[in-house]
Amino acid sequence: MTTSQTFTPIAARPSPTATSGWVHWLRQNLFSSAGNTATTLFLLALAIYLIPGVLEWGLFQAVFAPNAEACQAARGTGACWGVVSEKYRLILLGRYPFEEHWRPVVATSLMVGGLVLSCMRAFWKPWLVLMWVAILAVFFTLMSGGVLGLSDVRTDLWGGLPLTIMLATLSIFMAFPLAILVALGRRSNLPAIRAVCVTYIELVRGVPLISVLFMASFMFPLFMPQGMSIDVLVRVVVGITLFAAAYMAEIVRGGLQAIPKGQLEAADTLGLSYWQTQRKIVMPQALAMVVPSMMNNFISIFKDTSLVTIVSLYELTGALSLALNSDVEWRPFKIEAYFFITLVYFLFCFAMSRYSLWVEKQLSASKAR
Amino acid sequence: MTEPIIRFDKVNKWYGNDFHVLRDIDLSVAKGERIVICGPSGSGKSTLIRCINRLEEHQQGHLTVDGIELTDDIKAIDQVRKNVGMVFQQFNLFPHLTVLENLTLSPMWVGKIPKKEAEEKAMAQLERVRIAEQAHKYPLQLSGGQQQRVAIARALCLKPKIMLFDEPTSALDPEMIKEVLDVMVEMANQGITMICVTHEMGFAKAVADRVIFMDQGQIVEQNTPEEFFNNPQNERSRDFLSKILGH
Repeated sequence: MTTSQTFTPIAARPSPTATSGWVHWLRQNLFSSAGNTATTLFLLALAIYLIPGVLEWGLFQAVFAPNAEACQAARGTGACWGVVSEKYRLILLGRYPFEEHWRPVVATSLMVGGLVLSCMRAFWKPWLVLMWVAILAVFFTLMSGGVLGLSDVRTDLWGGLPLTIMLATLSIFMAFPLAILVALGRRSNLPAIRAVCVTYIELVRGVPLISVLFMASFMFPLFMPQGMSIDVLVRVVVGITLFAAAYMAEIVRGGLQAIPKGQLEAADTLGLSYWQTQRKIVMPQALAMVVPSMMNNFISIFKDTSLVTIVSLYELTGALSLALNSDVEWRPFKIEAYFFITLVYFLFCFAMSRYSLWVEKQLSASKAR
Repeated sequence: MTEPIIRFDKVNKWYGNDFHVLRDIDLSVAKGERIVICGPSGSGKSTLIRCINRLEEHQQGHLTVDGIELTDDIKAIDQVRKNVGMVFQQFNLFPHLTVLENLTLSPMWVGKIPKKEAEEKAMAQLERVRIAEQAHKYPLQLSGGQQQRVAIARALCLKPKIMLFDEPTSALDPEMIKEVLDVMVEMANQGITMICVTHEMGFAKAVADRVIFMDQGQIVEQNTPEEFFNNPQNERSRDFLSKILGH
């Protein structure tokens, strides 16, 4: 069999479109479809329209010096950052005696340092607990004074960022273990324990934090015997803790429910006790699953501490109002001051959310295929 | 004959009020005996072996394991579980722990053995199931067959007198069944008491001393593998065998 064939070379194909480089990135992310292109162009136009005005107000025409007259003159055209340079100590530290400001600064730096260390895996050792006992002891000694030649400062004078950080840290630290116990209790086989936990969760979830704070601050003392009083700060910390724990307990319960029954059966078969099973098998998996929503909750507690203003504790937001409301000269520039504390809140919350992402990554790395 | 290591005496169990899952089970298992339990799904095979380490509780009758009667007494249950290892259909390895940690967990926390010793013993068991090189991986990084072998090694770390297998190969791809069965055959030859719920009739023929056929919560027939496969007495067993061997 003979076949005669003429081979004709096929024409060269066009080179493939680039799959790397910034042109490709733009095409993929900003101009991948007609809708995306339109959105990109619209946002670009909006930015071109807005940015010059913002820069003009916030930067070029702004007054940075703590000079109230210059600020008044620039009103309407430029921002008055002078209010921050003038009042930052009052905003950040509240009513704490001015000449003693080094004490809250040192105490809070210590606490933030402790928080940062506690976030790192290398420091997850038993002595971390001792370190925290020491940090809290130093914090409260420095803040309240009365010993070592430090002047006595009543807790109602504590304020600003130290108060925000202290309230959030203590509430989260105490609420977390409580939440785990309540979540386990809600799934207990013992009806009495289950009933107590369900009642607690439903009661707390049924009321706003403000009313819990009101009760802690104003109603609770009415039930105390004559002559006995608990510091308002303690009552407020307990209030926030109990409030936060109810929400966290439900988050933990979500994680518990996602643990397959087979895990518990395997633990039973291996002879592990209830608490060993919870600690070694259930919690590591359940808590890993709820990291994002748990961190969500931590962030919201951090911001919810601003509500303590209503019971006359002046944390960051409260201290800002306090610093400016009484000062006619600077009061008009409250908005700039609010920008400033927004930045402070943002820095903390952003750090927390980045940390949460890091934790998630660590956890999934260990289970990856 | 010596005292049986497991003894069911008129054991009854219900799920809820109306589903009678185990009916008047009488069964004695001798030390070192290897038993295969088969039967259609829903016949109570898994429930039967899960009663032996009290993952399920029976409501009537007596069940004695290694001289200890199973009741609500938690101490007795713990005692029994020390002597009974179990392998599950779905492996039930702990996904957040490495293979080695899966094996050392119970010896370290229940057996209170120092970490180093527990790890040495665990490695020996991993050698035994031929998977030592995977010791530092996580379970989900292994194939199904490898995971099941790890699960067997984990159960063996407790030096159990009795091993229970609840359909150990049913969740595996066909090409992995053999590697798991090989390990089980090896174990069977070492004299441990084994009760295995499985439909692997080749395994039953190779190692079982006795085959038990269950249907509707009852033990319908029990016999040596030769007799059971070649000459089933009961109509239901004949029917079952024709279905699983017929293709």
